[in-house]
Amino acid sequence: MVYKKRFDGRKDDELRPMEAKVGVIPNAAGSASFKIGKTWAIAAVYGPKDLFPRFLQDPKKGLLRCHYSMMPFSGSGERIRPGSNRRAQEIAMVMTKALEPVVDLSAFPNAVVEVYVELPQTDAGTRCAAISAASMALAQAGIPMKDMISSVAVGKVDNKIVADLSYMEEQVHEFNPESKDATVSDIPMAVVNNTKEITLLQMDGEISKEDLLSALRLGQKALDQVYQLQKKALKESFVKE
Amino acid sequence: MSGLTVQNRDIVIPGEVLAEGMDFLPGENTYRESDKIYSKVLGLANVSGRVVKITPLSGPYVPKVGDKIIAKVIDITMSGWRVDTHTAYSAMLNVRDASSRFIKKEEDLSKILAIGDFIVVTIINVTSQNLIDVTMKEPGLHKIEGGRIIEINSQKVPRVIGKQGSMISLIKTKTNCEITIGQNGLVWMKGTPEGEMQAEQAIRLVEKKSHLEGLTDKVEAFLGGK
Repeated sequence: MVYKKRFDGRKDDELRPMEAKVGVIPNAAGSASFKIGKTWAIAAVYGPKDLFPRFLQDPKKGLLRCHYSMMPFSGSGERIRPGSNRRAQEIAMVMTKALEPVVDLSAFPNAVVEVYVELPQTDAGTRCAAISAASMALAQAGIPMKDMISSVAVGKVDNKIVADLSYMEEQVHEFNPESKDATVSDIPMAVVNNTKEITLLQMDGEISKEDLLSALRLGQKALDQVYQLQKKALKESFVKE
Repeated sequence: MSGLTVQNRDIVIPGEVLAEGMDFLPGENTYRESDKIYSKVLGLANVSGRVVKITPLSGPYVPKVGDKIIAKVIDITMSGWRVDTHTAYSAMLNVRDASSRFIKKEEDLSKILAIGDFIVVTIINVTSQNLIDVTMKEPGLHKIEGGRIIEINSQKVPRVIGKQGSMISLIKTKTNCEITIGQNGLVWMKGTPEGEMQAEQAIRLVEKKSHLEGLTDKVEAFLGGK
């Protein structure tokens, strides 16, 4: 019961400063950059294009395929071996599942739309930043979508229910000497903007039912800020003059 | 509450509410859920009468019968050529659709069209699975020789052509280039090297500012007035 003030002085429901931009990669069909605090995700969308290997082809609709990759020195610790690994593959899978419900690829049978997300710098909440960026990039690529997906993490650090945990908060027992035995729960969530349907919900750590529900309520409010930023970035990409 | 929630020519994003109540009808690239109409793509809202539709500002080319496209020969088969249409789907050009003259059975097809050649063709058939047949038999369709090919966003093709071809004829006369625009977003131009460069820059300008009005005047100013 000693994590009183957040490390970076934010309010409990306050997100880290965010920045979003679309069209950062001219060669891609659509692209977006999404920064939240020190976490930075760059998403690029290619296709629809021919899908290989052929056994993955679906004659009824196109396939959405996500790729997630952290750059070698993106973290604060050791060098990360570049390329795919078990964690990256899992995150790519949950990203695909988070985005699929809104993306309509029925007009592109046997084809694939590829989403590549690179993270040049990371500080917790990478899958959320990746999903938010991917959603903007898909929209900019002109892929038919029912809605936008916004994503952010919520959780409980020691006794506090907070939005958008930083790496220090995830590791609070290391950084706050008085929270040695603290439990931390980190809950990344992604939501369809209009219907508020949850398309991604994972959790690390432990939490009581009541706390989980209030964390999710906090998340819904925080996600609105993410959505407003995504909307602004997409609209601002068209030059006025 | 009912009525429009967007103005004509507003930029809207996927999932944005366009109209509330049953007074309006969902047009292209929109959908209705309960009593609201939502956008399905990033684009410009377009209200005509009671129909709300979205003009997309980006997005993949969807092949349609009758479209003139620029394609590249990628393979030669027994009965014709397989061509890359610059989409996820390749198309078939049958021998009998390739030329108005009779092509004998034992003739070497690579003498007529070799792998890597670019051709201007029209789409004659598209199936539900996006299998495409093209023809080269209609007037104005030919093999491309010389010049350069650039790639533009296929959704901007109508703006580059302009109303009754006003934009493209302006660029053609100002730069002295021969220009063919494929609906799939490939543009072929041939003229002097300087002319081709200028034509490309003009087309890029149209592509970048396609969501604005009064574009023909801007392009005319760019190409050096009257």
